[in-house]
Amino acid sequence: MSFDLETAAAPAGLRRVAIDPVSRVEGHGKVTILLDAQNRVQQVRLHIVEFRGFEKFIEGRPYWEVPVMVQRLCGICPVSHHLAAAKAMDRVLGAHPVTPTAEKLRRLMHYGQVMQSHALHFFHLSSPDLLFGFDSDVNLRNIVGVIRAHPDIAKKGVMLRKFGQEVIRVTAGKRVHGTGAVPGGMNKHLSIADRDLLLRDADQMVEWAGDAVTIAKQLHAQNPALYDSFGSFRSNMLSLVRADGAMDLYDGVIRARDASGKIFLDGASDQSYLDLMEEEVRPWTYMKFPHLKSLGRDVGWYRVGPLARVQNCDFIPSPLAEAERREFIAWGRGEPVHATLAYHWARMIEVLHSMEVIRDLLADPELLDGDLMTTGERTGTGVGIIEAPRGTLIHDYRVGDDDLVTMCNLIVSTTHNNQAMNEAVRSVARQFLDGRELTEGLLNHIEIAIRAYDPCLSCATHALGRMPLDVVLQGPDGTLVDHVLRSPEGELVRNLAAPVGLPA
Amino acid sequence: MSTSTATPDASFTLDGEDVPFRPGETILQAAQRAGHYVPHLCWHPEFHPHGSCRVCTVKVNGRAGAACTVQAAAGLAVESSTDELNAHRKTLLQMLFVEGNHFCPSCEKSGNCLLQATAYEAGMEGPHFEEFYPDRPVDASHPDILLDFDRCILCELCVRASADVDGRNIFAIAGHGIDTHLVVNSPSGKLGDTDMTLADRAASICPVGVILPKRRGFAVPIGERRYDVKTVAEPGNQEAS
Repeated sequence: MSFDLETAAAPAGLRRVAIDPVSRVEGHGKVTILLDAQNRVQQVRLHIVEFRGFEKFIEGRPYWEVPVMVQRLCGICPVSHHLAAAKAMDRVLGAHPVTPTAEKLRRLMHYGQVMQSHALHFFHLSSPDLLFGFDSDVNLRNIVGVIRAHPDIAKKGVMLRKFGQEVIRVTAGKRVHGTGAVPGGMNKHLSIADRDLLLRDADQMVEWAGDAVTIAKQLHAQNPALYDSFGSFRSNMLSLVRADGAMDLYDGVIRARDASGKIFLDGASDQSYLDLMEEEVRPWTYMKFPHLKSLGRDVGWYRVGPLARVQNCDFIPSPLAEAERREFIAWGRGEPVHATLAYHWARMIEVLHSMEVIRDLLADPELLDGDLMTTGERTGTGVGIIEAPRGTLIHDYRVGDDDLVTMCNLIVSTTHNNQAMNEAVRSVARQFLDGRELTEGLLNHIEIAIRAYDPCLSCATHALGRMPLDVVLQGPDGTLVDHVLRSPEGELVRNLAAPVGLPA
Repeated sequence: MSTSTATPDASFTLDGEDVPFRPGETILQAAQRAGHYVPHLCWHPEFHPHGSCRVCTVKVNGRAGAACTVQAAAGLAVESSTDELNAHRKTLLQMLFVEGNHFCPSCEKSGNCLLQATAYEAGMEGPHFEEFYPDRPVDASHPDILLDFDRCILCELCVRASADVDGRNIFAIAGHGIDTHLVVNSPSGKLGDTDMTLADRAASICPVGVILPKRRGFAVPIGERRYDVKTVAEPGNQEAS
């Protein structure tokens, strides 16, 4: 079965419109739209057109190198990969659980990371659309325009992100690509000087995080018709939660709700993820499509990230964010909120929660002292799952007796949202584009739907060896020398006459 | 290297400054003892000079020579920190970087690496040349020591340490020209088939990230690594540990 608008019934003669690249997202993707003579939308696809190959070149490397190496998957949320890999390597070494001091330091690092990444996304990448309007002047619709028109909001965004970056620095040694977490624990404590530096501003940051929730909430309140319907569709939602049902971004068990909000999967161990989910390759994109095995590909796909987490948990274990969660849930009037733009609101609730967690952790003396490392009986295999800013992030490794990695499997947050992002752009295409003359502003609607998921396309294209490939060899004068295509099944076909590039 | 009492008038000039020396000393030894930094990679005070990396190249009375092998002599005019020589050094460093796989971002030697520190000191900001991307398999056969050959700069410090100090002759350089590479002297060519131990001098002498103790990785936090604390130009920090 193909999903509605995924594949046109009769593609011949259709007009092709491409948004290439999708802007204000991390990584490189494009959207193609096929229109008939009456401008009716026949096909919409979000293609991810880069690939990285991390899974392959981690193989053969020593396991202790991996938590640092995998950070290079991403410049926006490297800490998520750092910690997911470290958690997996804890299991490989049998060093689980890590010491309370190590876990708290990792949590501090992670919540700092979530906070800065969310602030970056909302204020720098998305606020131009939300504050100025979806089809506002393209020359103003950027962060410079926000700084000019709303200097107070822009300043808070910059300062919140800076604070999150400083939290990472004091725990990992650097603001980007540090080394704090090591298999079995951490390599440093929090220093008193760094703690005092951060505590000085923590209350201010909690207040500004609360202001950010208010901005996001007001956007919904001011235009509920648009915000509730834009790119909206029903879906399952999946995330980690703490064993007692609380929101937990660092560790927990796997829970999923169906579109009506009913929990149908709960308490599943992160080590068993392969029993729960599988990934499908489709020939027109490098990003795979995960789904829950028990439900199958057609109905087993789900959303991850802030929208899923805020609704999947039973409560948020910090008072200000919990009050905001209740207000968010009330917005759904007994039904889960499925609106794509509600991601922003949920994301800001997580910023507030993260700041509350950071503030409380900074006051904990156990971060300044105590054992950093633990040891155990080596198992050779391990899974590390963490709730990264964009959603559930899975790292899975096998390590040989010689200490080298023999297998690596990564399912990153953005990949989980692949079907959802495609559904979102199709929903927008149906609602806004169908039958109309396309303008820059209308096409920006498509990008706004994608941006709401805060996709990290670089992270999501790490798997070398299983995705379809289209390799073109050109001579120095641009002539086509060779053209090899690989099918999802791994079959290589040389075809000089085939059209270049993944199918529209 | 034998030295004896300094002769009061035995000195040469280094970039215009008088540097006293003891009979038998090289320019590099005398310069370092006097508190000067002449960049170098393959020279180490515990071993005979090797003269292979050429990073310590200076001009002695106008002629180029390796400061680690040229004997100090009274009245020599030695130039070291000139724009021309520093540019040559940077080029040498860039060539060393592209000949190996020096991926500092994920290398556990980062912050403790003599090559990296020397390149920072030389103001190297990029590789400039096209990368060779060698593909030499990692040797993880030893229970306590890992070998990552793609990072070797052929300084031969491990060869000298294993032969001269440890008396084991575990390492050797094989091949010629661009194919020159480090090998392990064992029937299988694997380190696991040698009697090397972590206590060997050869296990700790590597200035880059080829010979590594296993399972240590990133145990030292950023800020406390060797070259986080002091630059490579400072006394006591100028050679592989």
